[in-house]
Amino acid sequence: MTLDLFPLQKGGYMADDIRQLIVDYVRKEYLDEDSDQEITADTKLISGGIVDSFSMVSLKLFLEKKFLIKIPDEKATPEAFDSVNNIINLLKELVPSVKE
Amino acid sequence: MAYSEKARNHYTNELTSIRGAGLFKEERHIKSPQSSRIKVEYPPGQPSKEVINLCANNYLGLSSHPEVVAAAHRGLDSHGYGMSSVRFICGTQDIHNQLEKKLSEFLETEDTVLFPSCMEANAGLFEVVLDKDDAMIADRLVHASIVDGMRLCKAQLYNYKHLNMAHLEEKLQETQGCRFRMIITDGVFSMDGDIAPLDKICGLADKYDAMVTVDDSHSTGFVGDRGKGTHEYCGVLGRIDAITTTLGKALGGAAGGCVSGRKEIVELCRQRARPYLFSNTVPPVVIAASIRVIDLISRSTERRNKLEKNTKYFREKMTQAGFDIRPGVHAIVPVMLYNAKLAQDVSRDLYEEGVYAIGFFFPVVPQGQARIRVQISADHEREHLDKAIAAFAKVGAKYNILGKKKDEIIAAYGT
Repeated sequence: MTLDLFPLQKGGYMADDIRQLIVDYVRKEYLDEDSDQEITADTKLISGGIVDSFSMVSLKLFLEKKFLIKIPDEKATPEAFDSVNNIINLLKELVPSVKE
Repeated sequence: MAYSEKARNHYTNELTSIRGAGLFKEERHIKSPQSSRIKVEYPPGQPSKEVINLCANNYLGLSSHPEVVAAAHRGLDSHGYGMSSVRFICGTQDIHNQLEKKLSEFLETEDTVLFPSCMEANAGLFEVVLDKDDAMIADRLVHASIVDGMRLCKAQLYNYKHLNMAHLEEKLQETQGCRFRMIITDGVFSMDGDIAPLDKICGLADKYDAMVTVDDSHSTGFVGDRGKGTHEYCGVLGRIDAITTTLGKALGGAAGGCVSGRKEIVELCRQRARPYLFSNTVPPVVIAASIRVIDLISRSTERRNKLEKNTKYFREKMTQAGFDIRPGVHAIVPVMLYNAKLAQDVSRDLYEEGVYAIGFFFPVVPQGQARIRVQISADHEREHLDKAIAAFAKVGAKYNILGKKKDEIIAAYGT
C-alpha cells in the first residue's frame, strides 16, 4: 500500500493548511457534486447532519493515513469530529508538530 | 442493593431525555390479525378502532393468509412447538433443511442457512468471511443490522455515498491492496424505497475482483418479475455472493432470516456464525408456514402482480392529489413532508380519518427529510387505497401542502 502523507513543512504542520485539507475532503467525500452547502472550519458536521456516525469512519481513516497515526476509538467521538476546528484540536493532541 | 439509586436515576434521566427529544416510541395495541385493515387500541384504554393499515411490511398479504395459517397449524401438530436446542445439537428437523433447500431454489443460489432473524444473519455473516486483511465497502444508508454486523468484523470499513457508483469505484481503487473486498448494500432501502443498481455494482465487483452482499429484506418475494428479489430485478441472478433476507416481511411476516449464496460462505456460517451457533433457530411452526409461503409464491406471481398494480395506482393518485412523492416503483412510498412536527401531525390526523401511517424523522431519516412512509400490500383492495388517498387529500388540504414543492413546504414549516 502506498503512503499518501500530508507534507510536513519546516517547523511542523500548519493548522490552516490542515483545515483546508479537511474542508476539501469533507466537500468531496460527503456532499453531492451539485450541493451548494458551504463548509467552513466551524460548520457542524455530525450534529448538522452532514456526516453520521457510520460515515465518520471515512474521515477517521483519511486522517490516519494522512498523518500516519492511529486515532483511538475513545477519542474518535462525535464531539471530536463535529467540526473541522474540533478535529484540529484532536490532531494537536495526537500530532505534536501541528502549529497555529 | 446492586441496582442502586444512582443507576436508577441515571436510566430515568436517559428516558427523560429521549422523551424530551421527541424520540420516545409508543407501542399501539393491535387487536386483530395483521392485515390491510386492523383493529387498534389507541390511545391505551380507548375502544378499538378499525383502520386501514399502511405501515406493515406485509407486502404480499400473506401474514394472515388462510393457507399459511393452516400450514402453521399442521406444522405445530406434526413437528411440535419448540426445539429447546441450537441447530447443531438437536435443533434441526427435516423441515428446516427442506425450507433451506426451497429458499435456495427460489433465490437461485447455491445454498442457504437459516438464522433466527435477518438482523442476526447480518450480525453473523461478515466476521465469518472477512478478516483484518480485508475490506468491507458499504452504501452509507445500509440497514442498522448491517452496520452492527460490520462493527463485529475485523475487516477495514469503508463506505460510499448512497447509490453513487463513481464513489464506490473510488473506494474499490483505494482498497486494491486488501486480500478480499466485499461490497455491501441493501437491495431496497427501507426509508426511501430506492433500489440498488446491482447490475452496475456487479460490474464493478467483476472489474475490481470484489464480492457482493445484498440485504434483500424489502424485496424477497415481490421485486423482480417472479418476485425473487433485487438480483432478479437487476438481471444479476447467480452473481450475488451472499444474500441476507428475512421471513419476517413479505414471506409470511412471522420471524426468521437467512444467508443464501455461495455454498462455502453458507457452510462457514453454519460452522462459525455466532448467532447461528448460540441461538435457537426458527421454530417449527414458522418453518412449516414458510414452506407453504415459498410454494405459494413459486406457483403463482398473482400476489406480486397485484402489489405492483396497487403500488402504481397509489403512487399515481397521490401525485395527482398534489403530494410530493419520492419517485420510484417500490411498494415503499415516501410522502415527503420535510418537517418532523408536520409529519407527526399528519400521521395523527390520518389516524383520526381511519388510516394508520407513521411519520419518520431525524435520526431515522436525515435531518430535514421527514416523511410519512406508506407501505402498500397485495392485501389492499382498491377501496382501501381510495379511502387512504381521500384521507391524505383531506389532511393535506388542512395543512395547505397539496401541490406544494419541497421549497414551499420548507418555507411554510421549516425543516
